[in-house]
Amino acid sequence: MPRKSDVGAKIEDVGIEIDGDVSDSEDDTSRRRGNRRPTAGRGGARGRGKKPADEDEEDEEEEEAPRNRRGANKKKAAKSRDTDDESEDDTPKRRQGRAANKGAANKKKGGKAQDNDEDSEEEKGNKRNKKGATGKKGKEEETKDKKGDAKGKGKGKEKEDEKDKKKKKKKKKESSSDTDSNTNSEEESMSEGEMERLKEEVEEKKKVIAIMRNKPWRMKRRLVHLKECQEFVDKFEGALGKGKGRKFYAYKVMMTKVLMGLPYGSIPRKTVPRAEQSTAQDYSVLMDFNVAQFITCDHFFLPQGYCKYSVLFYGYYNNQRTIGLLKFRLPLSYLMVGVGTFGYSLMVVIRTMAKNADVGGGDGDDGEFTFAWKMFTSWDYLIGNAETADNKYASITTSFKESIVDEQENQKDENIHLRRFLRVLANFMIICCLGGSGYLIFFVVKRSQEFANRDDLSWYEKNELELIMSLLGLVCPPLFETIAELEEYHPRIALKWQLGRIFALFLGNLYTFLFALFDEVNNKLEEEVSIRNASIWAQKEYYANFTLYNNDTDTTPPPMDPSDVIRGPCWETAVGIEFVKLTVSDIQVTYLTILIGDFARAVIVRFLNYCWCWDLEATYPSYGEFDISGNVLGLVFNQGMIWMGAFYAPGLVGINVLRLLSSMYYQCWAVMATNVPHERVFKASKSNNFYMGLLLLILFLSLLPVVYTIMTLPPSFDCGPFSGKAKMFDVIMETIDLDLPAFLGTLMGYAANPGLIIPAVLLMVLAIYYLNSVSEAYQHANAELKKKMQMARDEEKNRRNNTESTDQVMKDLEDLLPNRSLLPPAPPPETGGKSTKVRPGTAGKDVNLQKDVSLSSPNPNARGAVTRPPGPRGPGPLPGNGQQGPGGGPGRGRGRGQPPPRR
Amino acid sequence: MGNKQTIFTDEQLDAYQDCTFFTRKEILRLHGRYHELAPHLVPMDYTNEPDVTIPLALIVSMPELNENPFRNRIVESFSEDGAGNLSFNDFVDMFSVLSETAPRELKAIYAFKIYDFNVDNFLCKEDLEKTLNKLTREELSPEEVTLVCEKAIEEADLDGDSKLSFADFENMITRAPDFLR
Repeated sequence: MPRKSDVGAKIEDVGIEIDGDVSDSEDDTSRRRGNRRPTAGRGGARGRGKKPADEDEEDEEEEEAPRNRRGANKKKAAKSRDTDDESEDDTPKRRQGRAANKGAANKKKGGKAQDNDEDSEEEKGNKRNKKGATGKKGKEEETKDKKGDAKGKGKGKEKEDEKDKKKKKKKKKESSSDTDSNTNSEEESMSEGEMERLKEEVEEKKKVIAIMRNKPWRMKRRLVHLKECQEFVDKFEGALGKGKGRKFYAYKVMMTKVLMGLPYGSIPRKTVPRAEQSTAQDYSVLMDFNVAQFITCDHFFLPQGYCKYSVLFYGYYNNQRTIGLLKFRLPLSYLMVGVGTFGYSLMVVIRTMAKNADVGGGDGDDGEFTFAWKMFTSWDYLIGNAETADNKYASITTSFKESIVDEQENQKDENIHLRRFLRVLANFMIICCLGGSGYLIFFVVKRSQEFANRDDLSWYEKNELELIMSLLGLVCPPLFETIAELEEYHPRIALKWQLGRIFALFLGNLYTFLFALFDEVNNKLEEEVSIRNASIWAQKEYYANFTLYNNDTDTTPPPMDPSDVIRGPCWETAVGIEFVKLTVSDIQVTYLTILIGDFARAVIVRFLNYCWCWDLEATYPSYGEFDISGNVLGLVFNQGMIWMGAFYAPGLVGINVLRLLSSMYYQCWAVMATNVPHERVFKASKSNNFYMGLLLLILFLSLLPVVYTIMTLPPSFDCGPFSGKAKMFDVIMETIDLDLPAFLGTLMGYAANPGLIIPAVLLMVLAIYYLNSVSEAYQHANAELKKKMQMARDEEKNRRNNTESTDQVMKDLEDLLPNRSLLPPAPPPETGGKSTKVRPGTAGKDVNLQKDVSLSSPNPNARGAVTRPPGPRGPGPLPGNGQQGPGGGPGRGRGRGQPPPRR
Repeated sequence: MGNKQTIFTDEQLDAYQDCTFFTRKEILRLHGRYHELAPHLVPMDYTNEPDVTIPLALIVSMPELNENPFRNRIVESFSEDGAGNLSFNDFVDMFSVLSETAPRELKAIYAFKIYDFNVDNFLCKEDLEKTLNKLTREELSPEEVTLVCEKAIEEADLDGDSKLSFADFENMITRAPDFLR
């Protein structure tokens, strides 16, 4: 049989399946096979009757062409009735078919697979098919095939149409026969295979349907195509209804649901109320006893006395090891959640960054497509508002003009020394500002510690620290901006500098604040030691009373004289309070800034404009601009504070969520009502990773103090989930000792051994080093490739735009041939001009010049184009040529050109 | 079907759902919008797939497109006749491609079509000039326009034929940070 093209083979495949299905008459099948192509034979070969004989072959075949499997199953059922002799006839054909199929990218139906083993293999094959389908070509081909399958319309083959119909009929028959032949175990397995195959096909159709919307076709075509596919699916899905595969699928889905559902459902929901219940008692107790005593930091916004003992803070959680029937381990989960939050945040940030870097893989080289990108991607298709559109037009025009100017004056850079001086100066001033603000905060924190011991505080003195920090955040950024004008950076770079500086300011402030706080914490710890002894007996008594009345929640413990209960300062709660105060004051300052800085300003500008001596709207005060980058930075910083404070004030997270929600709507209103759009729009997407980098940095920096406290500082002895432990992480040790099997404990003991940890760390460091160098190598290779691509492009361009230059090289080569010297050289002055045109760099160099002259002489293009000889060259280096003139001796120019070795 | 008129059969809705990025509800809403554009032309009953088209001028007046500098090109490139008359199928198609969930590749293909003003499957200089003039409302001087177009072609043209084929365009656009992020 003549081999046909791949496409032909595929089509054949379809036909073949049909053949295979037609189990009625062997003659029919074989004839058809004959008529068709080799693949057909193959399909037929798969027939059942053959099986025993074919097994070996099939094994081989499976290895060779696992993809062909899919179709195979179809046949199986039908085939089983075929006779052995036929199979023998078919074998060669089959092989051919196999080869052909292999060649074709998408294998659908070879015929075969009769054992269960084969079924599994078939699945593999199908998987491969799917993979192939993802490639565009594969997709197209597949869809074509499918079309053929479904109706054959796409290919316009009537035969196939017929076949399909037959096939369908067969299918029904087969399904019925499947049920009939249950007695034969072999047949049953086949019917299963049949099911599998059918299911596969249906799945494939479904996939086609699923990606239908991604095809760049007209809707009509899509609809037609969809109908075809759906008809196919509808026809065969019914037959599959009772298939085991479906049940298995349903089972799988169910299982995944169950598995996924589990973590959410049971544990937290059941236990959290209990936790609250048990701590609620603490709440009432603590509130009753200590409101009077602990009004140390009465914030104007927070009712500190109550809040301090609320669920907001660390001190609220008690240290009962297990709670309730489920033994909810509050201290352990507290620690785990605290640490886990950091782990999770780190993962998310880094994954996002990696994804950004991945997506932006190509655009590391910003300059490559400046204009093209500007032209094709600068319009925002979501704009539907006329005013916005106007702004966008203006901004696009501005950006184009800027790029043009940039392009034109790329090299201009006068007085670099002055600029450098100014930049150094600016940086110096900014560092002074940063240092000053840091010192100011340190000073204020110190002062606030003094204040902490006094009661006669004014409102200002109580909130001095927060006010100062907020004010610094308010005053410094504009100051930086003013200073940055000295530097004359490109706006985008300037923006990054600006953001970096503000970030440094925030961070410096935060850290100064933190260090001061640690001072305070250390003071409290010392204080605590002295208090502790004194209070132990009081504690005992207190807890005794507490447990005594614990059974009856309605009864408060007997009122004790507050002075009798000597309580530790609970530094964790104090830290938490500081962070909450900071956050709350930050919220206030932000909102007030918007109200005054934007809203009041807008109102004044708008209405005073009627009676003012200059145009307020157009000139000086104008309306405020919405500071996108500043606000993003604010968010980043805010997030950092949350990370830092969340361990000591779990409620901070809730406060922050509320803050973010409200500020979103508030700022949205402010922007729409009072702000004008930026003159120059920076796309956030471009600096995505810049912001994510800042976020990562601040995450790391906020991780440090928290982990430090967890690992080193002793927790307060009388408050919080870790009270009574020497270190917070002792909770873990305790859990390992008490709740886990002993061998795990020893295992952990080994794992925690420095002897293991140090090598592990070493290994990680080395792995990082290795990966780093690998990535560097890749980067290098990338850069090389890019360079090559660039070179290829330039080359191509040069060849087209500037044929002379490439000709030049050719001529150089040609010049090396001896007999070329006999050809008449071009007129020297002209060639000289040409050569300068081609390679201006060589002008003025005698040797090169001469060479160029002579070399370029044969270039026919060169003659007409050049009108005058180049200035420097004319008389000096070319006397001989000049004398000779255009009609000069054939050999001379050439002779001269050759001797100077090129470079 | 009680008090509400049937606009599409279930099969039609399913088919549209499979062919677009929209849900049933959205498709019905789209039909509503389509109907609104020309109530006298578009029947409420679409079960028998009437052959109705709406001219470009009406489509372009939709607020979604009204401010878009390329609105005419968008509509034209989605219309089957190329002149901007949209059947409901084309209409749904257009919004499906422009919808948020459409993948980048698909968008790139249609973006190319939109920018290809003279429909020759290449973005040549005059296409770019038109694009640019629409984008800036012709506020750039002719020299600037020429410069920008030359630069753009130079940047993106890989095969050196001084016009952008789809391969060039795709290569450039898929790396653009602002393209569908």
